[in-house]
Amino acid sequence: MKNFKNRRTMLYIPGNNPAMIQQGGIYGADSILLDLEDAVALNQKDAARTLVRNMIKVTDFYDAEVCVRVNHLSTPFGMADLEEIVPLQPSAIRYPKTESPEEVIELLNIIEKIEDRHGLPHNKMTIHAMIETAMGVQNVFNIASKFSRIDAITIGGQDLTADMNIIYTPDGAGIDFARKRIIMAAKASHIDVIDTVFPDVNDEEGLRRETEYARKIGFTGKAVINPRQIDVVHEVFTPTEEEVRKAYHIVKEFRANSAAGIGVFAIDGKMVDAPIVARAEYVLRLANVQVG
Amino acid sequence: MLNSLGREIPEYMEGIGKLEPFQGALTKLSKGWMDEPTIPAPNKAYLPHQSKLCKTLEEAIIRSNPHNGMTVSFHHHLRNGDILLVQTLTILHNMGIREITLASSSLNECHDPILPYLVDGTVTRIFSSGIRSQLGRAIALGVLETPVVIHSHGGRVRCIHTGKIQIDLAVIPASAADIEGNATGSHGKSAFGSIGYAVIDARYAKQVIVVTDNLVNYPCIPLSISQNFVDHVVLVDSIGDASKIATGTTRITNSPMDLRIAKLAADVIENSGFFVPGFAFQVGAGGASLAVAKFIREKMKTKGLKGSFMLGGITSYCVDMLNEGLFETIFDVQSFDAVVSNSLLNNRHHIEIPAALYANPFNCGCITNKIDVVVLGALEIDVDFNVNVITGSEGNIRGASGGHSDTASGAKLTVVVCPSFRGRIPIIKKRVHTIVTPGETVHVLVTERGICVNPAFRELEENLRNAGLNIKDIHDLEIEVDKITGIPAPLEYTDKIVGIVEYRDGTIIDVIHQLKEHGA
Repeated sequence: MKNFKNRRTMLYIPGNNPAMIQQGGIYGADSILLDLEDAVALNQKDAARTLVRNMIKVTDFYDAEVCVRVNHLSTPFGMADLEEIVPLQPSAIRYPKTESPEEVIELLNIIEKIEDRHGLPHNKMTIHAMIETAMGVQNVFNIASKFSRIDAITIGGQDLTADMNIIYTPDGAGIDFARKRIIMAAKASHIDVIDTVFPDVNDEEGLRRETEYARKIGFTGKAVINPRQIDVVHEVFTPTEEEVRKAYHIVKEFRANSAAGIGVFAIDGKMVDAPIVARAEYVLRLANVQVG
Repeated sequence: MLNSLGREIPEYMEGIGKLEPFQGALTKLSKGWMDEPTIPAPNKAYLPHQSKLCKTLEEAIIRSNPHNGMTVSFHHHLRNGDILLVQTLTILHNMGIREITLASSSLNECHDPILPYLVDGTVTRIFSSGIRSQLGRAIALGVLETPVVIHSHGGRVRCIHTGKIQIDLAVIPASAADIEGNATGSHGKSAFGSIGYAVIDARYAKQVIVVTDNLVNYPCIPLSISQNFVDHVVLVDSIGDASKIATGTTRITNSPMDLRIAKLAADVIENSGFFVPGFAFQVGAGGASLAVAKFIREKMKTKGLKGSFMLGGITSYCVDMLNEGLFETIFDVQSFDAVVSNSLLNNRHHIEIPAALYANPFNCGCITNKIDVVVLGALEIDVDFNVNVITGSEGNIRGASGGHSDTASGAKLTVVVCPSFRGRIPIIKKRVHTIVTPGETVHVLVTERGICVNPAFRELEENLRNAGLNIKDIHDLEIEVDKITGIPAPLEYTDKIVGIVEYRDGTIIDVIHQLKEHGA
């Protein structure tokens, strides 16, 4: 089911702000996340839902993937959100505070019933599960691995620290274990894994440090809360020219050797085998480079 | 008669004279001379040790032969902190002087208090590069019988040289001056930096009053205005509101939209073919325009590229780039913050220049002719790349020609940056309300929704496409934006002309018609 997409950035846009929604596509984020959940006050939930529904229909988000974060089904708003948003078939529904596979089953059942009522397929719109409670972290592998519609998991740092009764610190110490556990679950499931937001929009260096760390430990992208954060995250998650050149060389040599029936070969005296090739192919996909 | 941009221009206007239609940005210049003769500057004589010092501004005005029909000039280096223009006109009004021609290099919101003088006939004609706020609205609605003349900064110098503006009295605020009238804006509690726009006034006015709140020992250095042109000197408590004149540093915008546009514009510049060692650069002082400098600065550092000079309205950001060695020189005709004043005073590579050297088209070469890349804003732009920077979407006069057409004319690459719509109003039009800068001098439009290249510059478009930039046909972008905003109902005007927009060479590029009040 999964089409490869760059999800280096996911730009949160409050679902009750028409001007921001209208401009959402211009900043070059890989994904736009129209938020009906935490960014919207309780007394604005209905208005935001209607606004997002209408604006998805008419707004050009250019090349960005469009996702909608709905409210959890345990709230009074979750069901109504799904009823309005699922028929529009955005690229993905982001489901907050996912804690167990059972919750995902419940969510998928509801989504599929809505899709059936509208004559929509079950394999177009995907699900992003947000892990933002201790229970979610404990169950993350079962959440990530068992459902073909889940093609990304994300960590919600602020909610997670609240659930853990700890204070969020810039070094991310309190959520480091959760980050790595979530990454491992995603890698084992071959899906994307998106890091939490960096809350200080004026601290470009802090954002860069945290993003570099996120990339180093395995995240495939990072959520952003301000368009000014996009370029930094893209820079960090975009392979350098040298990395791309090297990957291109590896894949090209691999294809030539494969055609000659050779599985393992050497470049500059270093052995190249399947994992190296897989990594090189991933770099080229990130850079949107085809090997001719 | 129609000018070459298809705008209807009258052959003659009462109170203005015969009008010459615009025929192309370089058509008149290509002759190599100016047809209009240059008028002589006044001869003056002072006795040794004769005192120029007056106790009050009123005393200096009385000594300056005030009379009906006189022309009074001001500079706008104090920006929105100026108080002397209003004070001067109030004194003249109280003296019963009428039919004054006001020739200020620009007019700001702080000048709104003179509006009653336009109503009662104290002021009957205006020459300026910019008009805003209540004055702009009142003029658009027809408060004056004679149309205002909007000129560029370079064009103003030409107007004074040719006698189109004949200044009887120039009032020149200075942040430091001595008893002979040597004056500067580069130091003192009200420092505003360069005083470049006032130099031509001092040279040509029949009477010149320097007003300062900081009388220093003789001689006042630097001699931005020199004593041989100054008739009277006045010491006052204040020349203006220092908090609105120049404070601190100019900060780069935090607006994601402006930053997005600026980054795209910087990408355009980088890939244009003009981003080369020794390039000369000018940016505006605010919004997306200044933000372009932030990205260009980063690109210059990354590439190890060093430019030649920066020009124009100068901000602390330009000073930082000079101090970092990214440019060799700043030519400063107007300064925007306190840091700039300090640099102007202390750094010999930061050079104060008069408006004539900056942008007057009729001399042996103004510095705008040497610009490689300029970044400019716009209130509106049309599908022929003509730019309006003087009238707003509601029809009011609310902007400034300034150096827009001067720099666009001189630059090898003119980049206009603006959002594709403001509020619910599209900025890209089939036809702009008022043309200030002709499309033939505009190379690229950069908006948040795409980059449009003037089809007259094919090679540039090819360079940008090859760099992978998102180039759109301006007609397609216009349609795209109209789909978002809808097409606003057209404004309604009468046949009366309330403003004449001079191109820098003195030809008329457009006129502004009286706005019908209900259409505002």
